[in-house]
Amino acid sequence: MSLNEYVPFLSKILSVQKHTDIEYTFRMAYEGSVNPGQFFEVSVPKFGEAPISICGYGDGYVELTIRRVGKVTNEIFEHYEGDSLFLRGPYGNGFDLDEYRGKELVVIAGGTGLAPVRGVIDYFASNPDQVKNLKVIAGFKSPSDILFFEDIARWKKTSQVILTVDCGEADFECHIGFVTEHISKLKFADESNAVAIVVGPPAMMRFSTLELLKMGFEEENIWISLERRMCCGIGKCGHCKINDVYVCVDGPVFNYTKAKNLID
Amino acid sequence: MGYRLSKDGLNAVLAEFSRHYKLYAPHRFPYQGEHSDTDSIRYAEVKTVDEIELGEKSSHTFKEALIPISETLFFFTEDNIKESDPVHTGAIIFLRSCDLHAVKRLDEIYLNNGADDYYYKRLRNNVKFVLLGCSSPFENCFCVDMGTNIINEYDASLDVRDGQYYVDCKASDWNSLFQNHAEEILDVVPSHVDKTPTRVSLPDTNTIDTVTVIKSSMWDEYDSRCIACGRCNCSCPTCTCFTMQDIFYTDNGRVGERRRVWASCMVDKFTDVAGGGSYRNRYGERMRFKVLHKVVDFKQRFGYQMCVGCGRCDDVCPEYISFSHAVNKLSKLSKEGRKQ
Repeated sequence: MSLNEYVPFLSKILSVQKHTDIEYTFRMAYEGSVNPGQFFEVSVPKFGEAPISICGYGDGYVELTIRRVGKVTNEIFEHYEGDSLFLRGPYGNGFDLDEYRGKELVVIAGGTGLAPVRGVIDYFASNPDQVKNLKVIAGFKSPSDILFFEDIARWKKTSQVILTVDCGEADFECHIGFVTEHISKLKFADESNAVAIVVGPPAMMRFSTLELLKMGFEEENIWISLERRMCCGIGKCGHCKINDVYVCVDGPVFNYTKAKNLID
Repeated sequence: MGYRLSKDGLNAVLAEFSRHYKLYAPHRFPYQGEHSDTDSIRYAEVKTVDEIELGEKSSHTFKEALIPISETLFFFTEDNIKESDPVHTGAIIFLRSCDLHAVKRLDEIYLNNGADDYYYKRLRNNVKFVLLGCSSPFENCFCVDMGTNIINEYDASLDVRDGQYYVDCKASDWNSLFQNHAEEILDVVPSHVDKTPTRVSLPDTNTIDTVTVIKSSMWDEYDSRCIACGRCNCSCPTCTCFTMQDIFYTDNGRVGERRRVWASCMVDKFTDVAGGGSYRNRYGERMRFKVLHKVVDFKQRFGYQMCVGCGRCDDVCPEYISFSHAVNKLSKLSKEGRKQ
């Protein structure tokens, strides 16, 4: 008999980092290898399951940034202290770091979209010799929505980071404006060989990739990650299907050459 | 081996089957149809041949025996999880050729697309199939154009002619049982249809320009015609989607269960993500998604058509929307698109 993929395992909450009132990062006990950009189905029995992407990982743990926006996540925020959550996964492909090694890499993230790419940024910011250079544009609605502020400060030591908010006051740390407005300000040695990762709300991803293409990026050098409803994570429930693709098993990370033709 | 059986003989065989298997077959429910004074024909557990509706098409399919409408996956009591018991440990499903072809589609999703589905597999491994012959096509059927009118893989077949039952048995361990109750041993070929009044022309999935098709105005009419009730999905033998659902018991909030229930891509909330995002809010977009899934996307992914041409979606639609018409319009559109 095959393995029962649907039965979750209990994972202890090791620590909680509060970014905003509705966005916390939970460090969960987990032994096993994961890729940044993969996801877990996180559940609270009696309330349900939700797919949550991995925003960091290390020896004996994975980190999941959870936004309090639904039935399951509400419950997590109410009753997490000293407790555990049920997990199953990891699912999906995640980012393949080899695609970016030795190249000029730009990561463009909008809002919670920073969570799935945080692992990639962390890796190359900590190993700057493995890329030609790393640039990050992270955009949020307002200063109070900023996630991973401490990480961003750390990344700045080895890479060019543009932190921007849609509205609010500009200061030394932070710019004003959508991420798309900052893309053209970046300088690359060779756009046609540079690689890009774009993750965020659908409109932000659409306009950011268009901007990159305009600058001379090749379609095959751009990757995006999609968010869809997923009840199974293993290609069965059908909620995440687009065209001939199941986002949970074929994605959530897609090369732009594939992603550009996916129409919901 | 082929056999001719009387009704008593067949009932004796079914009685023997019932000792080991649950028998699922199309069954007539008098006065339960969607219009007044009409019957509903859908699958039920049966014990005798009289309970099996052999003359008409069922509006709903066998798939409940493999993917129950609501299936408890496990129970939780505090932090413990107990797996549910299967709804059957052995079943014989009586079904027509199109539906038996549909089983291959269910297997594709539940066993081949991504990891194995534990719950599907534990039912599927213990199921046998009896093919019901089709002597003439039913309304809205288009199995011939879908290539699903004939099938040779079955455990036994069943045809009725002049009150006598004709069986072709391929399951070797059933032969002695049929032989013991047979009137005559003879060659039996299950009946099948060679042409249907309803015809479809399929789009070429290698050359179709999906982006143009998706953006076409041909889907707009369904914005107002469709009411997003999802009956087409529920009656479809190849629809496999489900939604997870947790419940807990009101008498004891510390105890509950996780279920999966059938889901429909035509119904609201199918694509909802946390925080208010959703896709395909127009009903025409949902119709387009469903039609392309059945006759384009699935084939591009798995190499053969998903739709088996049973025509049930057309039978049950309360708005009289025809799937086969939509497919024909799609084919025309994709051919025109190529010429330009």
